[in-house]
Amino acid sequence: MIDSELIGDTANYQPITAEASTPAPRRGRDESMKPPKFAYHAPRSLTEALQTLAGVGDEAVLLAGGQSLLPLLNMRLASPAHVVDLGRVPGLDDIRVTNGHAEVGAMVTHRRMEVDPLIAHAVPLAQKAAGYVGFRAIRNRGTVGGSVAHADPAAEWPLVLLTLDGEVELTSANGSRTIRADDFFESVYSTAKRSDEVVTSVRFGTRFERNWGFWEFQRRTGDFATVAVAVACVAEDGSVTEARVGIAGAAEKPVRCTTAEEALLAGSTSAASEAAAAAQDAVDPYDDVHGSSSYRKRLVFAATKRAATQALGHHYGVLDHA
Amino acid sequence: MREVHVTVNGASAAAAIDPRMLLSDFLRDRLGLTGTHVGCEHGYCGSCTVLVDGASTRSCLTLAVQVDGKSVHTVESLAAHGAELHPIQQALKDCHGLQCGFCTPGLLMSVAELASNGSTCTRDEIREHLAGNTCRCTGYQHIVDAVEQVMRSLRSEAVDVS
Repeated sequence: MIDSELIGDTANYQPITAEASTPAPRRGRDESMKPPKFAYHAPRSLTEALQTLAGVGDEAVLLAGGQSLLPLLNMRLASPAHVVDLGRVPGLDDIRVTNGHAEVGAMVTHRRMEVDPLIAHAVPLAQKAAGYVGFRAIRNRGTVGGSVAHADPAAEWPLVLLTLDGEVELTSANGSRTIRADDFFESVYSTAKRSDEVVTSVRFGTRFERNWGFWEFQRRTGDFATVAVAVACVAEDGSVTEARVGIAGAAEKPVRCTTAEEALLAGSTSAASEAAAAAQDAVDPYDDVHGSSSYRKRLVFAATKRAATQALGHHYGVLDHA
Repeated sequence: MREVHVTVNGASAAAAIDPRMLLSDFLRDRLGLTGTHVGCEHGYCGSCTVLVDGASTRSCLTLAVQVDGKSVHTVESLAAHGAELHPIQQALKDCHGLQCGFCTPGLLMSVAELASNGSTCTRDEIREHLAGNTCRCTGYQHIVDAVEQVMRSLRSEAVDVS
């Protein structure tokens, strides 16, 4: 039996090799793999990764946590000639809060965003949204940078980044550039990132740390959002001076809704409802198996009203996010 | 082919593998650890859940080369063949938390992660944590009962999953 050799940290444990421990692999099974063939690169530094990309970038995909890429490979929806694994590249998992921004390294996991005290303090909206990403096992491995680069229209990080005046830092062998989230996300799975670039970090604006709301509808816990709405405001002396309303799941990329933002800035006693109505009018969602266009419009109304109520209520001390 | 060195259930394993080999296939086909079940193969069902450096991980969404140098625990680490069941396994048995058993290995490893720090959770928190483990038999009530029982029995004592 194999298990008696491999189990536990037993006292008489003997180091083994795969060959020594295993009977002959089941015939044929060992060679039939789900992902297509690719050349694997495991750079040990960012410089090495960027040099690799400069050479083969057009035919390469970057592997961060793999929680979006591996399903694509398993189902053979993607067949990259090269896979560049960022897992051994140091320096991509820092979290820093500096003058107005929380800078998050691309390889920071969703789980870390959920539990990191710096994030909880500086960008509580991001902490809240992190808990909605997939399941715990997905959050343990999936990364913020990977999600942003993948750009699923219903994903949380593109939405939160857009809502919090976020920026994306892109690095290639020729240097770095910073691009605003509005300009970064282009369409479904499509961004302004060039094939020779790596998303090295993202930056969330921290000035919305007091007045924010987030509401997401998932068919089942851990699913992608059918619709998610993030609201962030700055309020001074009892009035809203800045407002952001971001909506995911209603277009080919997350979108800001300026008419809903204007409703929040106007500051009437029914501002949340007015913003919700404005958001519902503004979107023209797609139909898919998770919901029809008209259903999504209703969800946008409900989500905006709840997220806006949270954001404003928090300001007035009425509503606790816990 | 690429050489990987992985510590699996405390024992070191080395093998030359195709980089596209999934961790689930590495565990099952190379190491013969077929307790890790492969269900949906795209990260939804949770049957293939193992611990990588103590954190629950979908072995079907992880390349074996990604865990080079890391420590992996599979369901086989909980109790040796023929030995007394691990408290988590015993609780699942006592509470009728399984029927066909297909999802159970992944479920056990998710519970091991939850119970590893000795904390207790509400039923809602248990359900939230286990949302990524699909069971088509039990309706989950008895699974939640089992997790509550194991957390009660262990109280502040940490579960040893290493």
